[in-house]
Amino acid sequence: MSTGVDGGTAATGAQRPPAVTKLDRVVIRFAGDSGDGMQLTGDRFTSEAAAFGNDLSTMPNFPAEIRAPQGTIPGVSSFQVHFADYDILTPGDRPDVLVAMNPAALKANIADLPAGGTLIVNTDEFIKRNLTKVGYAANPLEDDSLAAYQVHQVAMATITQGALADTGLGKKDAERCKNMFALGLLSWMYHRPTEGTERFLREKFAKKPDIAEANVLAFRAGFYYGETTEAFAVTFEVAPAKLAPGTYRQITGNTALAYGLVAAAQQSKLPVLLGTYPITPASDILHELSKYKQFGITTFQAEDEIAGICAALGASYGGALGVTSTSGPGVALKSETIGLGVMTELPLVVIDVQRGGPSTGLPTKTEQADLLQAMFGRNGESPVPIVAPQSPADCFAAALEATHIALKYRTPVLLLSDGAVANGSEPWLIPDVDSLPDLTVEFATEPNGPDGTFWPYVRDPETLARAWAIPGTPGLQHRIGGLEKADGSGNISYEPDNHERMVRLRQAKIDGIEVPDLTVHDPSGKARVLVLGWGSSYGPIGAACRRVHKRGHAVAQAHLRNLNPFPKNLGEVLRSYDKVVVPEMNLGQLALLLRGKYLVDVISYTKVAGLPFKAEELQDVLTDIVKGVDAA
Amino acid sequence: MTAIDLGLPGLAGVPTTDEPQKAKDYKSDQEVRWCPGCGDYVVLNAVQSFLPSLGLKRENIVFVSGIGCSSRFPYYMNTYGMHSIHGRAPAIATGLATARPDLSVWVVTGDGDALSIGGNHLIHTLRRNVNLKILLFNNRIYGLTKGQYSPTSEPGKVTKSTPMGSLDHPFNPVSLALGAEATFVGRALDSDRKGLTEVLRQAAEHRGSALVEIYQNCPIFNDGAFDVLKEPGEAAQRLIDLEHGKPIRFGAEGEFGVVRAGFGSLEVAKVSEVGEDALVVHDAHLEDPSYAFALSRLSTQDLSHTVTGVFRSVRRATYDDQARAQVEDAKAAKPADLAALLRGKDTWTVIA
Ligand code: SF4
Repeated sequence: MSTGVDGGTAATGAQRPPAVTKLDRVVIRFAGDSGDGMQLTGDRFTSEAAAFGNDLSTMPNFPAEIRAPQGTIPGVSSFQVHFADYDILTPGDRPDVLVAMNPAALKANIADLPAGGTLIVNTDEFIKRNLTKVGYAANPLEDDSLAAYQVHQVAMATITQGALADTGLGKKDAERCKNMFALGLLSWMYHRPTEGTERFLREKFAKKPDIAEANVLAFRAGFYYGETTEAFAVTFEVAPAKLAPGTYRQITGNTALAYGLVAAAQQSKLPVLLGTYPITPASDILHELSKYKQFGITTFQAEDEIAGICAALGASYGGALGVTSTSGPGVALKSETIGLGVMTELPLVVIDVQRGGPSTGLPTKTEQADLLQAMFGRNGESPVPIVAPQSPADCFAAALEATHIALKYRTPVLLLSDGAVANGSEPWLIPDVDSLPDLTVEFATEPNGPDGTFWPYVRDPETLARAWAIPGTPGLQHRIGGLEKADGSGNISYEPDNHERMVRLRQAKIDGIEVPDLTVHDPSGKARVLVLGWGSSYGPIGAACRRVHKRGHAVAQAHLRNLNPFPKNLGEVLRSYDKVVVPEMNLGQLALLLRGKYLVDVISYTKVAGLPFKAEELQDVLTDIVKGVDAA
Repeated sequence: MTAIDLGLPGLAGVPTTDEPQKAKDYKSDQEVRWCPGCGDYVVLNAVQSFLPSLGLKRENIVFVSGIGCSSRFPYYMNTYGMHSIHGRAPAIATGLATARPDLSVWVVTGDGDALSIGGNHLIHTLRRNVNLKILLFNNRIYGLTKGQYSPTSEPGKVTKSTPMGSLDHPFNPVSLALGAEATFVGRALDSDRKGLTEVLRQAAEHRGSALVEIYQNCPIFNDGAFDVLKEPGEAAQRLIDLEHGKPIRFGAEGEFGVVRAGFGSLEVAKVSEVGEDALVVHDAHLEDPSYAFALSRLSTQDLSHTVTGVFRSVRRATYDDQARAQVEDAKAAKPADLAALLRGKDTWTVIA
């Protein structure tokens, strides 16, 4: 094993403190005011961990307001990164290290830091006014309220300003670089490579070289500070992880999803039109795709959610791959057009990056509560396939799969991502482009009806997909629309028998979509309890199962990627366990579907806090259930 | 990048044919199901008779409609077509026109479809200047849902949903389109085959969004709404037909004309009183839409002075041409290298 990036540091040749502790994993949370640049800091630390070859998983957490009042609890923004020398599944339940840039960040996050944890605070912000703002009567740094932690008090702003004194930068601008000071300090503590960050800063501020240099200086100041003060007696090493061989990069869910669509454009040889409207947390898909026009991708920022999906459907009608991206509130607005896609049987990829609901809900927090909306949220019998990625990197494959289904079966497909997957990141084993699936489609070019006519609703006997002729094809002129179609000819039909047949045909087409069988992971081979999840809860469920297993209990895990149709063997799998536990970030939506379809009385374990499950809580729930079954 | 006007003719990119076409080539095999006497028939015939003159391949013409009586139009055209959902045809057509430069895309809509449920899409399509021809059939009533007042109904209209009279102030579709800075705005009467055909011809030749308002009679729910414009004695007094470059003059003897009034507005005057030189010479190509807007305000809903013809026809870069140009520019500037994209900048390798 080796790392692709040289581990050289800014302090080449300097003395290391003697004590180096080896750890297998660490969770660090950077917390500060929204204006403190915590997302950038966390992101950079993550890139350093990636460059070093650790496995990693991240969880950003930020307010919906762009600039919530400064120094307040609602204005706190944080970024948690979990990195390890083995394959990990989650961003970590609790931090081992908390970096608090101000009193609000301390107050909002300290409860998550376990006793004995490391706390690094920026003391400059702990002044009376800031303390009062968040309800601290006394300065917690001066009483014994933090006695349970290893506290490091660092005047980050002051030191940063000192380090930048000669640059000619104003005090305020110098103070702004304190996040890079914090990053430098943590980079020193964990023996991180630093070149990447310096290069990144110089590129990011290429147009403002003085700001770039100031940030680099602040970053180095943090690094040197660790080295020269005696406050930090120990540094830590987390070795590279033994992941499967191959070339990796770090990737977020939204980026992976956008890449999946670029790959879909290449593999289908179709132009892509993304019709969309800005909405949190899906907008980054638009931002990403707008950069890749060279792949034949057009991004259309429409006047509203409805126009976004309509333009996508119009493009699909013209033989392009129409895609729309949104979150739950946008899906509500797009429902009628999804129905039109179901009726006209045109391919369309609808991306829902779920967030807390109902209504505007929690725009920047995660939830899995749009499953039933995806499944049933339209008038009439309007079946739509659903694919849900299980992790950030998995969004790439999920986007390819959704496109494959849309094109092969001529149908809108719902791709259910969520806030945790979209903004979280992890290492991604970069796929070989030659191994990507072939998604090419054949358009109809010849008449298929009586007397040389073209019948748009003649179906492929295998897939039940209808014949798809695009405008510009001579002799195949035809009209489609939202009114019920006569089987075959596609003419308007109000015939009772025809409607009955068409409703059942549309359902049969979706039911018949080929999806892989569900695989069950049961290391003991004798589990009597199955945990079944879907979407982003894959990580916490997997981590919890490992722990249950370590405690000597047997539990099996399976994860659904296809929510409609379900894998053919799902009923059989469900029935072969004494108990089936279904954890979901909603009030039991998958559980409702499973009970309704398979009459299996699954145990629904739910949470709707806007945050992912913690492995710890699932571990306790599962252990209790497993013990109960074993005792029975 | 600044907006680029590629200077293309309206139908550039749409393949043509040398085979002579007839109106009947554009008739589909579907039975037309509007009520007897509906103005939609006349418009359908006019469009079917006019299209052959464009000499386009029929398979490269698409009609997209929303919901309402007029939105059944695509079923009767032997072209490609989509009868979509209420109000959304301009948005669907925007995606289609952007994806396919080789198509001539037409939108058929009504006063409820375009101005009520679909108002947002209409104004945004017009401001973007997507290369679409929008035929807005205005009968000032909801026909398909059986007779409720529409956003173009005259105030106080008694209908099934407004037994004490409607309270809404109506839209003037031409004013609305000009307010959205539509690059082409015209108006015609369903019964005036010649005038309608001329406006359609100019619309087809225009590169960009063209909005054509067609006054259409609904004999079932709003019969005779435009009769004053058709009665021999009345019509000449009321109808003001525009011709680019000609003084605006009307009346049985040409006794009336349009002159400038205060604050950029226009008014009707007797030529004998103001003299010929005072008449406004129609300029459809004026960059500033205020003049065309003033024309659209010559009378209220009462049809006392109804302007027909082409109010405005100016060149502006179209959304779809520019969107395609950006894709082409990007293709020319960088290779579509998927493997390089997926790798990105920072990678690390794990060796077995
Ligand atoms: S209701 Fe009116 S507009 Fe509709 S088809 Fe009948 S006559 Fe025509």
